[in-house]
Amino acid sequence: MDIFSFFKKKSGSKDTAKDRLKLILMHDRGDVSPELLENIKNDILEVLRKYVEIDIDQELDLQITQTESEFGSVPALVANIPIRKKK
Amino acid sequence: MPESIVITSGKGGVGKTTTTANIGTALAQLGHKVVVIDGDTGLRNLDVLMGLENRIVYTLLDYFEGRCKLKQALIKDKRLPHLCLLPTAQTRDKNDISTDQMIGLIEELKKEFDYILIDSPAGIEQGFENSVAAADSAIIVVNPEVTSVRDADRVIGKLDSKGIENHKVIINRLNYEMTENGEMLNVEDILEILSVKLLGIVPDDRNITISTNRGEPIVTVEGSLAGTAFINIAKRITGEEVPLLNLKPEELGFFGKISKLFKKK
Repeated sequence: MDIFSFFKKKSGSKDTAKDRLKLILMHDRGDVSPELLENIKNDILEVLRKYVEIDIDQELDLQITQTESEFGSVPALVANIPIRKKK
Repeated sequence: MPESIVITSGKGGVGKTTTTANIGTALAQLGHKVVVIDGDTGLRNLDVLMGLENRIVYTLLDYFEGRCKLKQALIKDKRLPHLCLLPTAQTRDKNDISTDQMIGLIEELKKEFDYILIDSPAGIEQGFENSVAAADSAIIVVNPEVTSVRDADRVIGKLDSKGIENHKVIINRLNYEMTENGEMLNVEDILEILSVKLLGIVPDDRNITISTNRGEPIVTVEGSLAGTAFINIAKRITGEEVPLLNLKPEELGFFGKISKLFKKK
C-alpha cells in the first residue's frame, strides 16, 4: 500500500465499472444492428425528402443513445439531419 | 396461496443454487412447506449443497417419463420435515424437459407445498425457459460485478417479456470494505442501473465455503452474517418487513486499524 493511495478516497474503480456498464447496457437494451440503423436512416431520409431539401453533402448522424424517462433510463434514437430549405 | 418462485441470474457462478438452498431451508425453518427443484439438468448441484446427494433414487426425468410417482422423486430434508428436494437427472439434457411438463409439475406441487423454489441453470436457453415457465415470481441473483449486472439486465428483459413482472434482486457477495473504498459497485449503483426492487443483500462470507463443504446450508449455522441475510430474505418473501442488515464491521478503534493495516497483503 503506497502512501498516496491511503489518502486518496472514493476514487476507486467502481465509477469505471458503472460507466462501462451503462454503455454496455445501452447497446444490449437497444438491440439495434448497424444494418437496421442504416435502414432506418434511409427510410427517414426518404420521408423527409418529400417535404424538405436535405444537405446530403454533410454527414448524416444517427445514433442510439440513452435518455431519462419516467421508467428510468431508456434507449433513444437521435438524428441530426441538416436541412437546406423547405420545398 | 402457494407461490412458485424461480431463482435465476443469467450468469453462472453468482450463487443461485446457494441462494435456493438457503432460502428454501429458511422458509421451512419458519414453518412453511417448501420444495426446492433443481432446474439444472445435466449439472445438478442443489442436492450437494443440501447434503442430500446420497439419497437420490428417482429424479424429475423419472417422474416425467412415468418411471415413478411424484412422491417417490421427492427427497425429504435431513433436518426439516417440511422441506423437500426434487432433484433432476445428472446424465440427461435440458432439452429432455418441456415447458408444458414443468407447468404440469408446478401445478401438482402447489397442492402440497406453500413455496416452490425453482433453481434455474445459468444461461437463457431451454433450462431457463423450463425454470421460468410456471413461475409466479422471480428472484434475480446478482454479484456486484460488471458481467453479472449485464447478464442480470438481459434476464430481467426476458422475464418482463414473459409477463413475470414480480421480480426482485438479491445482491450477493457484497464486500463491504471494497464498496466503501469505491472499488466495487454498491447497492445503489446496481439498483439504479437495473431499475429493479431489492429483496436483500448477502455479504461475501467465507463461511459459505465451509457450509458448502459440509452440505449444510448456512442458515442452519447460527451467528453467520450471510445466514442472517438469507433468513431475512426468507422473511421478506413471506411478507414480513425486515430492515436491511448492517454490513459494517464493528469499529476496530485506532490500534485495531493500525494492526489491520499491517495484516494486509
